Amino acid sequence: MQALLHPEAEFQRHLEAGRFMLLQSRRNGAFVHPPRVAVPGSGDTDLQWVAASGRGTVHSTTTVRCKPPASDYNVVLVDLAEGPRMMSTVVGIAPSEVRIGMPVHARVDRAEDGPRVVFVPLSF
Amino acid sequence: MHGFPRGKTAIVGAATFGVGKMPGFEAIDLAAGASLLALAEAGLAPSDVDALFIAQPQDTLATLSFAEYLGIRPSISDNNRSGGSAFLLHLEHAALVLDAGLADVALIAYGSNQATASGKLVQTSRPSVWEAPYKPMRPISSYALAAARHMHLYGTTKHQLAEVAVAARQWAQLNPEAVMREPLELDTVVNARMVSDPLGVRDCCLVTDGAAAVVLVRADRARDMSARPVYLLAAASAVTHADIAAMPDLTVTGARESGARAYAQAGVKAADIDVVQVYDAFTINTLLFLEDLGFCAKGEGGAFVEGGRIAPGGSLPVNTSGGGLSYCHPGMFGLFTVVESVRQLRGEAGARQVRDARLALAHGNGGVLSSQATAIFGTHDVL
Repeated sequence: MQALLHPEAEFQRHLEAGRFMLLQSRRNGAFVHPPRVAVPGSGDTDLQWVAASGRGTVHSTTTVRCKPPASDYNVVLVDLAEGPRMMSTVVGIAPSEVRIGMPVHARVDRAEDGPRVVFVPLSF
Repeated sequence: MHGFPRGKTAIVGAATFGVGKMPGFEAIDLAAGASLLALAEAGLAPSDVDALFIAQPQDTLATLSFAEYLGIRPSISDNNRSGGSAFLLHLEHAALVLDAGLADVALIAYGSNQATASGKLVQTSRPSVWEAPYKPMRPISSYALAAARHMHLYGTTKHQLAEVAVAARQWAQLNPEAVMREPLELDTVVNARMVSDPLGVRDCCLVTDGAAAVVLVRADRARDMSARPVYLLAAASAVTHADIAAMPDLTVTGARESGARAYAQAGVKAADIDVVQVYDAFTINTLLFLEDLGFCAKGEGGAFVEGGRIAPGGSLPVNTSGGGLSYCHPGMFGLFTVVESVRQLRGEAGARQVRDARLALAHGNGGVLSSQATAIFGTHDVL
């Protein structure tokens, strides 16, 4: 077994630098997200960081309703082109305009609590 | 061969306590209240218990604190925490322990004072770091994502989800212990304040206090302790994920696996079941579980529940207590599905009694559709 990486810390370090990275198995090319020390199932630890393509499709969406003056926002699941599915949010359009099947592209956003991966509609 | 000890154990005590609001009580007091009632039904004292199964909302060492509290010296103890399904896993494990002769009297208990303590659903886990930046409402947004997907793939409607809430309310109106008994109309549910689309406030379970307990013994002792033992024919469980993003298919739960194994253990099929209790934290749960447990095909849950099919007078009695939607929801509802199954099979369910009920299915859900557990119970006739 090779030395284990530090999944969350390294992901966050890349994110701080504006990079959205995924883990990929060297042996079979499988992508793993959220990051962890091994490929789930096989336990392979041959993981390396690669830049995500950023391409994705909205798998499902919900609008979280807020009491004014706070604004409603959406929470989505995005199917990444590389395979993994992640929770995120689609920005730049009204929450109710987000549709299942919508093609989206990732962007690293600076939120108050730190950087996070968000998505924008592909045509945006 | 499945190896499960079908019909080798039976519930000889089942009770609820403090359903609603119980100011002045801690969660452990309520769990003790239910346990004493359940033990008394079987003519037992706490000191007779030698296998203790408990999961409390915030006490992660509850087997220790509850054993001390009631004066139990368990040789087997299990604090398995899989969310609201935990108590059906406890049942599964208790049956194996009793059948192996490792213990003689198993107590499974739960209690919560969340309504009087905080007025909100008590979270028993921290948000995942992969979800926290997006601020989903926990846990409803995860269920909403599953519901939205079900609607997208199968055309399921808000009205069909509302049928689940209305059926639960109609059962609750027949249950004197139920917290919400006012009439509820389909349109009221559909037009209720939205919380996390497509789920509105009437698609959500209640926040109440309450406690439940059951006592399980080997079947050969059960007849001496109870006039109407309720036999455990099957108990099976499955885990598919923790966070909703990792759920293999948002519209297919692990209930498909736990249900298939439970039916095989019991030697019955969905069509044989007389009365069904599923953990309805949200209206979408009932649709998903009816599909995954084989009462209708995948995607047909919405059409299945239309026209009051699962309501009083319908062809399949589901959540006859009123469920988490209208009976009570003290944080984790799993054990209440078991107690209601027992009450139906004993014939003591009063105005909501399902006539000639001999086979009952109870299904628990934990996390965000993450842990699924199915138990099947029968009367002496079906052994």
